[in-house]
Amino acid sequence: MSVETSFKYDKDYVGKFSESRQEPQWLLDLRLRALELAQQLPMPKPDKTKIDKWNLTEFNHISSKENGTELPEQVKALIGEDGEAGNLLVIQNGKTLRSSVTEELAAQGVIFTDLVTAVKEHGDLLQKYFMQDGVSVDENRLTAIHAALVNNGAFIYVPKNVEVKSPLQAIYFHDDEQSGLVNHVIVAAEDNSSVTYVENYLSTNNEGDSVSNIVSEVFAGPGAKVVYGAVDNLAKGMTSYINRRGRAGRDARIEWALGQLNDGNTVSDNTTHLVGDGSFADTKTVNIGKGDQKQNFVAQIFHHGKSSEGYILTHGVMKDAASSIFNGITKIEHGATKSNGEQTERVLMLSEKARGDANPILLIDEDDVTAGHAASVGRIDPIQLFYLMSRGISKAEAERLIIHGFLGPVVNEMPLESVKKRLVEVIERKVR
Amino acid sequence: MSTPNLKIENLRVSIEDKEIIKGLNLEINGGEIHAIMGPNGTGKSTLSSALMGHPKYEVTEGNVTFNGEDLFEMEVDERAKAGLFLAMQYPSEVSGITNADFLRSAINARREEGQEISLMKFIRELDKKMELLEMDSSFAHRYLNEGFSGGEKKRNEILQLMMIEPKIAILDEIDSGLDIDALKVVAKGVNEMRNPEFGCLIITHYQRLLNYITPDKVHVMMQGRIVKSGGPELAQRLEAEGYDWIKEELGIEDETVGQEA
Ligand SMILES: Nc1ncnc2c1ncn2[C@@H]1O[C@H](COP(=O)(O)OP(=O)(O)O)[C@@H](O)[C@H]1O
Ligand SMILES: [Mg+2]
Repeated sequence: MSVETSFKYDKDYVGKFSESRQEPQWLLDLRLRALELAQQLPMPKPDKTKIDKWNLTEFNHISSKENGTELPEQVKALIGEDGEAGNLLVIQNGKTLRSSVTEELAAQGVIFTDLVTAVKEHGDLLQKYFMQDGVSVDENRLTAIHAALVNNGAFIYVPKNVEVKSPLQAIYFHDDEQSGLVNHVIVAAEDNSSVTYVENYLSTNNEGDSVSNIVSEVFAGPGAKVVYGAVDNLAKGMTSYINRRGRAGRDARIEWALGQLNDGNTVSDNTTHLVGDGSFADTKTVNIGKGDQKQNFVAQIFHHGKSSEGYILTHGVMKDAASSIFNGITKIEHGATKSNGEQTERVLMLSEKARGDANPILLIDEDDVTAGHAASVGRIDPIQLFYLMSRGISKAEAERLIIHGFLGPVVNEMPLESVKKRLVEVIERKVR
Repeated sequence: MSTPNLKIENLRVSIEDKEIIKGLNLEINGGEIHAIMGPNGTGKSTLSSALMGHPKYEVTEGNVTFNGEDLFEMEVDERAKAGLFLAMQYPSEVSGITNADFLRSAINARREEGQEISLMKFIRELDKKMELLEMDSSFAHRYLNEGFSGGEKKRNEILQLMMIEPKIAILDEIDSGLDIDALKVVAKGVNEMRNPEFGCLIITHYQRLLNYITPDKVHVMMQGRIVKSGGPELAQRLEAEGYDWIKEELGIEDETVGQEA
């Protein structure tokens, strides 16, 4: 049963907010319709995870905190040496702090900007993608709240045949305990283009009770390739609802590399629709739970097109009294002949109280396909631990080695060195 | 530095409430190579595992000192850092950790922070020792024992022995599953370690390894005890005549643990 919540933002508020952003009519209309739906629609129902006691709806919309002009230290650490000169977006507490794109890319018609700017400068283009064919406004109360209150995010547009060589990096940093994070990312890659986008979500609110409501929509046009890397590292005080969705056209590829490492309760769904014939999706996720954290992870690929290929690889580590559901879903629709779907979920549990539930699900409505799955949930083998310790390695270090060994096959597959490095850092911190 | 010493007095060890080691005495000093021989099921691996601190084995009685310190007061990693080493009969496989990373962690665990072995020096040492053990250099980058053949695992144990340079090493059936060439290679590794600062306990049920590593003392283990000790000639007699004469001498019907009247 979902708790009835007194959603505190009304038509008047949303109208004024939209006006203050000089938003076009279509967006105002969409927000107002979403607001109405937010009051009617039920909450999402993640499989086997009860979220009725979670706060995902009550939060302050806009941060009252003023950003400085300097990048915060935590953000600098994420950017690395040459990041600041290149293609970079930094949003702090929902407000854009940096937005840069190289002249070379701009000259090729590539757009990489914050959502607020995109609404003003590329409104018509944005309208084509924003909550139309990806994540819909009316899926549930949280997608509706998202549309009504979406605050900032990123808009990436790559025209036909343009190959973006260096990665586009975005950092969503939140150090305001009071306000929510309603962030929306769109990656639209036109025919035969390619782009790599990498995002970091980072917050400092260990205490308190805040909410993140995050939606990403990825569109890979015919022959396009999108590589999407993410490291989610939101603090314990943030309850998160995350929806990352992709649609791949004919012969298009979408590759996800997701480090789902939040410290707060999290529902995270990653779904790819292989719409076009010959389309391809690869979803790799690394997930860690600690403390009394509850999480629900879905990784799913829908095969609609013929000869489409989808691969899911999920590795999770559960510490302390953390509990997580891992649902991997491969759905091959009728008519998606010659398709291949494979998935693997592996969970390592580090304590007696930890819970991990890996469910590989194959739903196949077509005969002429191949599909496979594997899943395992296990604990650290005490004999392995003994072996490592018998060489002088401390118990803590031995466990660390075993965990890295376990996550390694996924971490090492991450597309970018910077994501890999960042992942290792966060894993290191989280499993310590 | 004082000579390494491992002193076992009246040791009793149980597994799942079944007593396996039943009052065992043995003393090993630096510079000495001891061999324990005995048929299968007589408690040899139980002895070595208990000394290293295997979680399944329970020490119920007896004293063991290692260089004067109470061994059973130490955690497994502390025993190792104090200089004890066990080449296991069945080494674990650990996925995702390369042999090289593992070895470097083991070496650095013995060093102070900031004093870690340099990568260059480590690689040099590793290359040298792998060459001596005739191991292909690709083994450095393979995951720890994963998919290694029996013989490759044994070599890898000796590689660890040579890299870690313990004070006292127990080699539990390091020869089983090795062909004669591999046996010679492993023996070469152990002989390389031989010096007054290093003591070794070789556990085997064949004499043939002892053709290549000459022991100072040979002990025969039956029913969870050392029932006879002697010099290298004892091993040769066992090879020639088997164990029956000892059983007869001692009036033992079945040498395995738990079968005695
Ligand atoms: N993990 C174990 N669980 C139950 N019994 C064991 C275990 N390990 C050894 N034993 C028993 O202890 C006895 C001695 O075994 P072990 O020490 O391996 O002998 P050895 O190494 O001399 O062949 C055997 O009877 C064996 O069945
Ligand atoms: Mg044995």
